[in-house]
Amino acid sequence: VGSNGFGSGNGSPRFLPFRSPERHYAKRHVGDILDIKVHVRESDDDAYVVELGGEIDVYTSPKVKDAITELIDQGHYNLVIDLEKVRYIDSTGLGVLIGGLKRVREHGGTVNLVCTNPQIKKIFDITGLVKIFGIFDDEAAAKKALA
Amino acid sequence: VNAPELSNDHLGTVELRIPSKPEWVAVARLAVAAIANRLPFSVEEIEDLKLAIAEACTICIQQGSGIKTIDIICDAATSHLRVEVRDDRYRNLGALGGAKRPTMSVAEGEGLGIFLIQALMDNLEYNVDPQYGTELVMTKRVGA
Repeated sequence: VGSNGFGSGNGSPRFLPFRSPERHYAKRHVGDILDIKVHVRESDDDAYVVELGGEIDVYTSPKVKDAITELIDQGHYNLVIDLEKVRYIDSTGLGVLIGGLKRVREHGGTVNLVCTNPQIKKIFDITGLVKIFGIFDDEAAAKKALA
Repeated sequence: VNAPELSNDHLGTVELRIPSKPEWVAVARLAVAAIANRLPFSVEEIEDLKLAIAEACTICIQQGSGIKTIDIICDAATSHLRVEVRDDRYRNLGALGGAKRPTMSVAEGEGLGIFLIQALMDNLEYNVDPQYGTELVMTKRVGA
Protein backbone atom coordinates (compact mmCIF):
# COMPACT_ATOMS: atom_id res chain seq x y z
CA VAL A 1 0.00 0.00 0.00
CA GLY A 2 1.42 3.33 -1.02
CA SER A 3 2.05 6.18 1.29
CA ASN A 4 -1.16 7.84 0.21
CA GLY A 5 -3.12 4.93 1.60
CA PHE A 6 -4.92 4.08 -1.62
CA GLY A 7 -3.06 0.95 -2.67
CA SER A 8 -1.05 2.43 -5.51
CA GLY A 9 2.39 1.49 -4.15
CA ASN A 10 3.24 -1.52 -6.35
CA GLY A 11 0.91 -0.83 -9.22
CA SER A 12 -1.48 -3.52 -8.02
CA PRO A 13 -4.48 -2.01 -6.33
CA ARG A 14 -5.15 -4.93 -4.01
CA PHE A 15 -6.69 -2.70 -1.40
CA LEU A 16 -9.43 -0.45 -2.62
CA PRO A 17 -9.89 2.84 -0.83
CA PHE A 18 -12.71 2.72 1.66
CA ARG A 19 -13.96 5.96 0.16
CA SER A 20 -13.19 7.77 -3.04
CA PRO A 21 -10.27 10.23 -3.15
CA GLU A 22 -12.68 12.91 -4.40
CA ARG A 23 -14.78 12.55 -1.34
CA HIS A 24 -11.77 12.21 0.89
CA TYR A 25 -10.30 15.47 -0.32
CA ALA A 26 -13.57 17.39 -0.75
CA LYS A 27 -13.22 20.64 1.13
CA ARG A 28 -15.77 20.96 3.87
CA HIS A 29 -16.11 23.86 6.24
CA VAL A 30 -18.19 24.15 9.35
CA GLY A 31 -19.98 27.07 7.69
CA ASP A 32 -21.09 24.85 4.78
CA ILE A 33 -23.26 22.68 6.95
CA LEU A 34 -26.49 24.42 7.83
CA ASP A 35 -28.94 22.17 9.57
CA ILE A 36 -31.94 24.07 8.27
CA LYS A 37 -34.20 23.63 5.30
CA VAL A 38 -36.32 26.51 4.04
CA HIS A 39 -38.90 25.95 1.33
CA VAL A 40 -41.24 28.72 0.22
CA ARG A 41 -44.29 28.07 -1.96
CA GLU A 42 -47.35 30.00 -3.00
CA SER A 43 -50.61 28.57 -1.85
CA ASP A 44 -53.75 28.58 -4.01
CA ASP A 45 -55.42 31.26 -1.90
CA ASP A 46 -53.02 34.22 -1.98
CA ALA A 47 -51.06 33.02 1.03
CA TYR A 48 -47.46 31.92 1.10
CA VAL A 49 -46.29 28.87 2.99
CA VAL A 50 -42.79 28.74 4.46
CA GLU A 51 -41.85 25.18 5.30
CA LEU A 52 -38.98 24.92 7.73
CA GLY A 53 -37.05 21.81 8.68
CA GLY A 54 -34.14 21.09 10.99
CA GLU A 55 -32.85 23.26 13.81
CA ILE A 56 -33.45 27.00 14.16
CA ASP A 57 -30.78 28.54 16.35
CA VAL A 58 -28.38 31.48 16.45
CA TYR A 59 -26.53 30.03 13.46
CA THR A 60 -29.41 29.06 11.21
CA SER A 61 -32.02 31.71 12.05
CA PRO A 62 -30.54 34.33 9.66
CA LYS A 63 -31.45 32.04 6.76
CA VAL A 64 -35.04 31.85 8.01
CA LYS A 65 -35.10 35.61 8.52
CA ASP A 66 -33.90 36.18 4.95
CA ALA A 67 -36.68 34.01 3.52
CA ILE A 68 -39.41 35.73 5.53
CA THR A 69 -38.01 39.22 4.87
CA GLU A 70 -37.87 38.53 1.14
CA LEU A 71 -41.54 37.49 1.09
CA ILE A 72 -42.61 40.58 3.01
CA ASP A 73 -40.49 42.84 0.82
CA GLN A 74 -42.32 41.38 -2.18
CA GLY A 75 -45.63 42.43 -0.63
CA HIS A 76 -46.82 39.08 0.75
CA TYR A 77 -48.36 39.74 4.14
CA ASN A 78 -50.33 36.55 4.82
CA LEU A 79 -47.93 33.81 5.76
CA VAL A 80 -48.17 30.28 7.08
CA ILE A 81 -44.96 29.07 8.65
CA ASP A 82 -44.86 25.29 8.88
CA LEU A 83 -42.74 24.10 11.80
CA GLU A 84 -43.70 20.43 11.54
CA LYS A 85 -40.22 19.35 10.49
CA VAL A 86 -38.43 21.61 12.94
CA ARG A 87 -36.72 19.64 15.69
CA TYR A 88 -35.44 22.57 17.70
CA ILE A 89 -36.02 26.31 18.03
CA ASP A 90 -34.40 28.82 20.37
CA SER A 91 -34.96 32.47 21.25
CA THR A 92 -33.26 33.73 18.09
CA GLY A 93 -35.68 31.65 16.03
CA LEU A 94 -38.60 32.99 18.06
CA GLY A 95 -37.22 36.49 17.48
CA VAL A 96 -37.30 35.96 13.72
CA LEU A 97 -40.92 34.81 13.86
CA ILE A 98 -41.92 37.74 16.08
CA GLY A 99 -40.12 40.18 13.77
CA GLY A 100 -41.97 38.76 10.78
CA LEU A 101 -45.32 38.98 12.54
CA LYS A 102 -44.68 42.61 13.51
CA ARG A 103 -43.89 43.57 9.93
CA VAL A 104 -46.88 41.84 8.33
CA ARG A 105 -49.25 43.28 10.91
CA GLU A 106 -48.17 46.77 9.87
CA HIS A 107 -49.73 45.90 6.50
CA GLY A 108 -52.84 44.23 7.88
CA GLY A 109 -51.47 40.72 7.41
CA THR A 110 -50.72 37.92 9.80
CA VAL A 111 -48.50 34.90 10.40
CA ASN A 112 -49.99 31.57 11.39
CA LEU A 113 -47.90 28.65 12.50
CA VAL A 114 -48.29 24.91 11.97
CA CYS A 115 -46.84 23.03 14.90
CA THR A 116 -47.69 19.83 16.75
CA ASN A 117 -44.29 19.05 18.30
CA PRO A 118 -44.95 19.21 22.07
CA GLN A 119 -41.42 20.39 22.90
CA ILE A 120 -41.68 23.33 20.51
CA LYS A 121 -45.24 24.13 21.56
CA LYS A 122 -43.94 24.21 25.13
CA ILE A 123 -41.50 27.00 24.19
CA PHE A 124 -44.37 29.02 22.71
CA ASP A 125 -46.34 28.34 25.89
CA ILE A 126 -43.56 29.39 28.27
CA THR A 127 -42.90 32.61 26.40
CA GLY A 128 -46.58 33.50 26.06
CA LEU A 129 -46.30 33.51 22.29
CA VAL A 130 -49.30 31.18 22.03
CA LYS A 131 -51.38 34.29 22.63
CA ILE A 132 -49.70 36.21 19.83
CA PHE A 133 -49.43 33.60 17.08
CA GLY A 134 -52.18 31.45 15.74
CA ILE A 135 -50.83 27.91 16.15
CA PHE A 136 -52.56 25.13 14.21
CA ASP A 137 -52.24 21.39 13.82
CA ASP A 138 -52.20 21.42 10.03
CA GLU A 139 -51.65 23.71 7.08
CA ALA A 140 -55.29 23.74 5.98
CA ALA A 141 -56.44 25.06 9.35
CA ALA A 142 -53.64 27.65 9.43
CA LYS A 143 -54.57 28.90 5.95
CA LYS A 144 -58.28 28.96 6.71
CA ALA A 145 -57.62 31.17 9.74
CA LEU A 146 -55.77 33.70 7.57
CA ALA A 147 -58.93 34.54 5.70
CA VAL B 1 -20.29 33.23 41.05
CA ASN B 2 -18.07 31.47 43.52
CA ALA B 3 -16.66 28.00 42.88
CA PRO B 4 -19.24 25.45 43.89
CA GLU B 5 -18.94 22.93 46.67
CA LEU B 6 -19.37 19.59 44.99
CA SER B 7 -22.29 17.61 46.27
CA ASN B 8 -21.99 14.19 47.89
CA ASP B 9 -23.47 12.53 44.84
CA HIS B 10 -21.02 14.19 42.43
CA LEU B 11 -20.15 11.87 39.53
CA GLY B 12 -17.71 13.90 37.49
CA THR B 13 -16.91 17.14 35.74
CA VAL B 14 -16.78 17.63 31.99
CA GLU B 15 -15.30 20.79 30.50
CA LEU B 16 -15.78 21.97 26.94
CA ARG B 17 -14.36 25.06 25.27
CA ILE B 18 -15.92 26.23 22.01
CA PRO B 19 -15.11 29.16 19.73
CA SER B 20 -17.58 31.96 20.39
CA LYS B 21 -19.19 31.64 16.99
CA PRO B 22 -22.80 30.72 16.20
CA GLU B 23 -21.86 27.57 14.28
CA TRP B 24 -20.37 26.00 17.42
CA VAL B 25 -23.38 26.44 19.70
CA ALA B 26 -24.91 23.21 18.38
CA VAL B 27 -21.80 21.36 19.55
CA ALA B 28 -22.26 22.64 23.11
CA ARG B 29 -25.92 21.74 22.98
CA LEU B 30 -25.27 18.18 21.84
CA ALA B 31 -22.41 17.65 24.28
CA VAL B 32 -24.55 18.68 27.23
CA ALA B 33 -27.35 16.45 25.96
CA ALA B 34 -24.91 13.52 25.89
CA ILE B 35 -23.83 14.26 29.47
CA ALA B 36 -27.43 14.63 30.63
CA ASN B 37 -28.18 11.32 28.97
CA ARG B 38 -25.79 9.65 31.43
CA LEU B 39 -28.04 10.84 34.26
CA PRO B 40 -31.62 9.74 34.89
CA PHE B 41 -33.14 12.76 33.15
CA SER B 42 -36.26 12.30 31.06
CA VAL B 43 -36.17 13.08 27.34
CA GLU B 44 -38.13 16.27 28.01
CA GLU B 45 -35.67 17.38 30.70
CA ILE B 46 -32.76 16.78 28.32
CA GLU B 47 -34.49 18.94 25.70
CA ASP B 48 -34.87 21.68 28.35
CA LEU B 49 -31.16 21.45 29.15
CA LYS B 50 -30.19 21.64 25.49
CA LEU B 51 -32.18 24.80 25.00
CA ALA B 52 -30.93 26.41 28.22
CA ILE B 53 -27.27 25.78 27.39
CA ALA B 54 -27.71 27.02 23.82
CA GLU B 55 -29.39 30.17 25.13
CA ALA B 56 -26.50 30.76 27.53
CA CYS B 57 -23.94 30.38 24.73
CA THR B 58 -26.00 32.68 22.51
CA ILE B 59 -26.05 35.33 25.24
CA CYS B 60 -22.24 35.09 25.53
CA ILE B 61 -21.86 35.52 21.76
CA GLN B 62 -24.33 38.36 21.49
CA GLN B 63 -23.08 40.26 24.54
CA GLY B 64 -19.37 39.94 24.04
CA SER B 65 -17.58 41.81 21.34
CA GLY B 66 -14.05 40.51 20.97
CA ILE B 67 -14.50 37.29 22.94
CA LYS B 68 -12.87 34.26 21.40
CA THR B 69 -14.03 31.27 23.38
CA ILE B 70 -16.81 30.07 25.65
CA ASP B 71 -16.29 27.53 28.42
CA ILE B 72 -19.04 25.07 29.30
CA ILE B 73 -18.34 23.25 32.57
CA CYS B 74 -20.72 20.49 33.58
CA ASP B 75 -20.77 19.06 37.09
CA ALA B 76 -22.78 15.85 36.93
CA ALA B 77 -24.37 14.35 40.02
CA THR B 78 -26.96 11.63 40.41
CA SER B 79 -29.52 14.19 41.54
CA HIS B 80 -28.72 17.12 39.27
CA LEU B 81 -26.60 18.69 36.54
CA ARG B 82 -24.91 22.00 37.20
CA VAL B 83 -23.59 23.88 34.17
CA GLU B 84 -21.38 26.94 34.10
CA VAL B 85 -21.17 28.90 30.86
CA ARG B 86 -18.70 31.78 30.68
CA ASP B 87 -16.86 33.75 28.06
CA ASP B 88 -13.08 34.20 28.03
CA ARG B 89 -13.23 37.73 29.43
CA TYR B 90 -14.91 36.43 32.55
CA ARG B 91 -12.48 33.51 32.74
CA ASN B 92 -9.54 35.90 32.58
CA LEU B 93 -11.02 37.90 35.43
CA GLY B 94 -10.89 34.75 37.51
CA ALA B 95 -7.19 34.37 36.67
CA LEU B 96 -6.57 37.89 38.01
CA GLY B 97 -7.81 36.86 41.42
CA GLY B 98 -10.99 37.21 43.37
CA ALA B 99 -10.46 40.86 44.24
CA LYS B 100 -10.95 41.97 40.67
CA ARG B 101 -13.98 39.86 40.01
CA PRO B 102 -17.11 41.95 39.83
CA THR B 103 -19.85 41.52 42.34
CA MET B 104 -22.90 39.84 40.93
CA SER B 105 -24.79 42.33 38.87
CA VAL B 106 -27.67 41.83 36.57
CA ALA B 107 -27.75 43.74 33.35
CA GLU B 108 -31.21 44.70 32.21
CA GLY B 109 -32.81 43.65 28.99
CA GLU B 110 -31.18 40.35 28.12
CA GLY B 111 -34.58 39.38 26.89
CA LEU B 112 -36.02 36.09 25.91
CA GLY B 113 -32.85 34.03 26.41
CA ILE B 114 -32.56 34.64 30.16
CA PHE B 115 -36.30 34.25 30.55
CA LEU B 116 -36.22 30.86 28.86
CA ILE B 117 -33.29 29.61 30.96
CA GLN B 118 -35.07 30.67 34.13
CA ALA B 119 -38.18 28.84 33.02
CA LEU B 120 -36.41 25.65 31.98
CA MET B 121 -33.84 25.27 34.76
CA ASP B 122 -34.35 24.97 38.51
CA ASN B 123 -31.75 27.57 39.40
CA LEU B 124 -29.93 30.31 37.53
CA GLU B 125 -27.31 32.83 38.62
CA TYR B 126 -25.85 35.10 36.03
CA ASN B 127 -23.72 38.10 35.39
CA VAL B 128 -24.04 39.76 32.05
CA ASP B 129 -21.76 42.74 32.11
CA PRO B 130 -20.54 44.60 29.02
CA GLN B 131 -17.28 45.43 30.81
CA TYR B 132 -16.43 42.22 32.63
CA GLY B 133 -17.99 39.55 30.46
CA THR B 134 -20.74 37.00 30.79
CA GLU B 135 -21.17 34.11 33.17
CA LEU B 136 -24.24 31.97 33.71
CA VAL B 137 -24.48 29.17 36.24
CA MET B 138 -27.52 26.96 36.11
CA THR B 139 -28.74 23.77 37.72
CA LYS B 140 -31.37 21.28 36.74
CA ARG B 141 -32.51 18.64 39.20
CA VAL B 142 -33.46 15.17 38.05
CA GLY B 143 -37.21 14.67 38.03
CA ALA B 144 -37.95 18.10 39.49
